[in-house]
Amino acid sequence: MCRHQNETLPDTAVYRKERGTNEVTMNSRGLRSQLKDSVPVAGFSPQGAYGVQDSLRSGFTSVKNELLPSHPLELSEKNFQLNQDKMNFSTLRNIQGLHAPLKLQMEYRAARQVAAVLFQVFSCFVLFFSFSVLTPTVSSLQIQRLPFLQSSNLALDTLRNSDESIGFEDVLNDPAHSEVMGEPHMMVEYKLGLL
Amino acid sequence: MATLTAVRPAFGGFSFDNCKRNAVLEIEASKVGCSVPAARKTGTTICGVVFKDGVVLGADTRATEGMIVADKNCSKIHYISPNIYCCGAGTAADTEMTTQLISSNLELHSLSTGRLPRVATANRMLKQMLFRYQGYIGAALVLGGVDCNGPHLYSIYPHGSTDKLPYVTMGSGSLAAMAVFEDRYKPDMEEDAAKQLVRDAIAAGIFNDLGSGSNIDLCVITKNKVNYIRPHDEANKKGVRFCLPNSCSA
Repeated sequence: MCRHQNETLPDTAVYRKERGTNEVTMNSRGLRSQLKDSVPVAGFSPQGAYGVQDSLRSGFTSVKNELLPSHPLELSEKNFQLNQDKMNFSTLRNIQGLHAPLKLQMEYRAARQVAAVLFQVFSCFVLFFSFSVLTPTVSSLQIQRLPFLQSSNLALDTLRNSDESIGFEDVLNDPAHSEVMGEPHMMVEYKLGLL
Repeated sequence: MATLTAVRPAFGGFSFDNCKRNAVLEIEASKVGCSVPAARKTGTTICGVVFKDGVVLGADTRATEGMIVADKNCSKIHYISPNIYCCGAGTAADTEMTTQLISSNLELHSLSTGRLPRVATANRMLKQMLFRYQGYIGAALVLGGVDCNGPHLYSIYPHGSTDKLPYVTMGSGSLAAMAVFEDRYKPDMEEDAAKQLVRDAIAAGIFNDLGSGSNIDLCVITKNKVNYIRPHDEANKKGVRFCLPNSCSA
């Protein structure tokens, strides 16, 4: 009993602060936005309106159907760009050192961010100097649009060198011509992890 | 509130949404007794040979759809670049779209480098693309051309393997054509001898294989000139029965 009364109490304020910096779940909102795609759960969210299975489009549902890919190429095609990038970055790291892929990945991140902020800044400038010529050039410079709009991916294409090659992704299923449009509020919330 | 609407893919390309439905439909159709329509194949004889100054490519001109001739005079020698041509066997749509894609890519590439494209570049692009799709793109190709390093001839299989050889044949009539090549090929032939050899090889394929027929197209590629001869020889004229001189069939 003496022991318990006299033992030094943990310095809770410091403990909390230190725990906060070391623990991963400090910013739970940011973490959720990164985790949202990592665990696909089969059978819990059937495609179709109101969650009911859509027999016309996707056939009769079975757990096996949703766990296995519908075509041997489906998984490799879905991850093709990702795997190519990984392979290229690791080769680059082996040849030139860590700085090369790091710089490139920073540029990729910059190219992928949504430039809604840039919109407002440039529109202020436009009003100020009343250069109506600037507006079309500004819209081609912007990095990526909000998720429900189709962006031209100019910066990303230049980085990846895919502006000098043509493939099936330019001919088939062009996202700019897709027939369905996502609901804007849902898609922005999903992207920010607020859902 | 309704469920979350689907998130669109960020990039295009092949979509596998209907694969399961198609598999179910095929099973149902075979139960009832009818069959799904077959893709149009080129069931072909194509070949190529390297001679002294360049490359001669040859092809027949029949396209089949199952047991029916779909096109009596289709063109199987496709343009890739001013100095490179490619013959295609297998599924007709696959060979056409593949060669057109590679032709566009090669044009962009040569604009970027500022030089005439090389046959090895086209070969590498084709094999990487075909391997990516693991043989599901059914295109067997004979690629030939003349570039700064001389004449080159490649054969490319649907799964992505390639061979660089002085004479190649592909398609359902490839064995018949290869027999002619193995018998009469000599290195460093003259242009006329090479054209005659290719013509005979394609004719062997036409007469001994059901999937090949109609005319013989030739394409002679040399350093400064391309001679696309279509048709070079009408082996099967419509209405004329082919009959060996001493045979006695009615």
